[in-house]
Amino acid sequence: MPNGTESIVNEATGTIEVDLQARQVRKFRAQDSAFHYVTMLFALVVLAALVGILISLSVEAMPSLKEFGPAFLWTNVWSVPDDQYGALIAIYGTLTTSFIALLIAVPVSFGIALFLTETCPVPLRRPLGTAIELLAGVPSIIYGIWGLFIFAPLFADHVQPHLQALLGGVPVIGGWFSGPPIGIGILTAGIVLSLMVIPFIASVMRDVFETVPPILKESAYGVGCTTWEVVRNIVLPYTRVGVIGGIMLGLGRALGETMAVTFVIGNANRIGASLFSPGNSIASTLANEFAEADPGLHVSSLFALGLVLFVITFIVLAISRWLIRRGMGAEGL
Amino acid sequence: MDLYSLRIWKNRIGIGLSMLAMSFGLLALLWILWTLFSKGFAAFSWDFFTQDTPAPGSEGGGLRNAIVGSGLILFFTTLVSTPVGILAGIYLAEFGRVSRFAAATRFVTDIMLSAPSIVIGLFVYALMVETLGGFSGWAGSLALSLIAIPVVVRTTENMLKLVPTSLREAAFAVGAPHWQVSLKVTLRAVKAGVVTGVLLAIARVTGETAPLLFTALNNQFFSTNMSEPMGNLPVVIFQFAMSPYENWIELAWGGALLIALLVLGINIATRIIFRTKRNG
Repeated sequence: MPNGTESIVNEATGTIEVDLQARQVRKFRAQDSAFHYVTMLFALVVLAALVGILISLSVEAMPSLKEFGPAFLWTNVWSVPDDQYGALIAIYGTLTTSFIALLIAVPVSFGIALFLTETCPVPLRRPLGTAIELLAGVPSIIYGIWGLFIFAPLFADHVQPHLQALLGGVPVIGGWFSGPPIGIGILTAGIVLSLMVIPFIASVMRDVFETVPPILKESAYGVGCTTWEVVRNIVLPYTRVGVIGGIMLGLGRALGETMAVTFVIGNANRIGASLFSPGNSIASTLANEFAEADPGLHVSSLFALGLVLFVITFIVLAISRWLIRRGMGAEGL
Repeated sequence: MDLYSLRIWKNRIGIGLSMLAMSFGLLALLWILWTLFSKGFAAFSWDFFTQDTPAPGSEGGGLRNAIVGSGLILFFTTLVSTPVGILAGIYLAEFGRVSRFAAATRFVTDIMLSAPSIVIGLFVYALMVETLGGFSGWAGSLALSLIAIPVVVRTTENMLKLVPTSLREAAFAVGAPHWQVSLKVTLRAVKAGVVTGVLLAIARVTGETAPLLFTALNNQFFSTNMSEPMGNLPVVIFQFAMSPYENWIELAWGGALLIALLVLGINIATRIIFRTKRNG
């Protein structure tokens, strides 16, 4: 390949230009491949963060996992003075509050999505949809402080006594509503959590409901179906996968939520038979104890809790993403 | 009751319940906002913005150090997460349509969008606080960046995908290299969308408390030294709301309102930017 000086010697101006262009193209190619790798490097940051989280949590949790073994997961003790730790109390708190949250949030979100896609007057659709999305934007600490000062006292005075009177005598579930109605506890945490996850589930449901081809719905209306029947027999079966994905997304959020729960769960390291009793979730244990934890087994056990939480939410969110993608029939949301 | 009226009734009940659900959602939003405004505004005063957080048991006080601390932490978070997120988003949209590495990145980004923020706090604690020997504003910024980056990545990628192929091809046809096409043509075409993504990321991390608890911690005194523990609104709200002091609780409400105003303001602003762009 002739280089620059040679082509000038050639004296033909055309060659010089062709050559300059060739050099320019080579320069562009080098720049392009540099650009490609630089952007790739930044994309790698996200992956590196995930791997970093898994590795660092595992390393930090090792002393505790070595000491307590797999029994850490189902040991019902969390005692700083005795230096004995098990994850059961926190796992129980996390799962129960998330379950209560879903129990309330799923039907409400379904109703909201149904209303926004089927029965809402068109001019109201946008503002009401926006209002629900704003609810998703409210930082969780605000749900927490509201739950602690406004919701919990009202709940203790006006709801818990009635719940107790109504359901306290029923066999099996009666015990869930026993004990003093103090406002804060597992049940309250679940309810505040449900308010937090409703907007997430509702937005996904609305988005997947909108993917139903209008022709399907119109055919059903055409043969005389009511709105409810269209939703029940056309929309829901068509969007089933996406709806479950939305619920899983809400579950993933609920499991890892910290502030909304920490304020109202009561911060007690025991498993109460009653849903009125205070408890602790994984996230709230971390929020309450980590900054002042004693180095050694205590810190290490807290890291182990974090690892458990991360693994659970990772699995739930991975399933959710897979389902939502399938439900939307296209890439991404 | 015949079948027809049974179906009508079922429909009415179903629709009625869905309206009930909608009003439940709206009422919750209004209730929370109303309490926030009525309690929060009561705390706003000159002192609120000019005094530092009070010591236990002392009267009055404000949130100056926390406001400045939050501002600094958020500033550096934005400084880090904007370029990283945009470049990673460009990679996914421009080079990563078919690659397996990009598919993995996309998957992980989506999960990190909803991953528990407290775990990210733990990670940064292990990475920076433990190794460097202390809580710091930098650690807080890093933790928030890890939460903000996925938001920027996802919006940038989604926006870039909306750019018509013909625009890209026109640029290629006049001989522009790929990097110029990406930065000067496609990215410029979706500028408003990318700015929206960055703003949403800021809104997302403004109220994040959990990742700051073990990284920036808190500082009772005014400080602009990012290498030291740093006061910040979310952690102050958390500590003050849980305290037994009246004036602390009032300050917590004020701080909560301040954060909510910022977050809701950004959310509404981005919607307006985006809507005028779309219609225009």
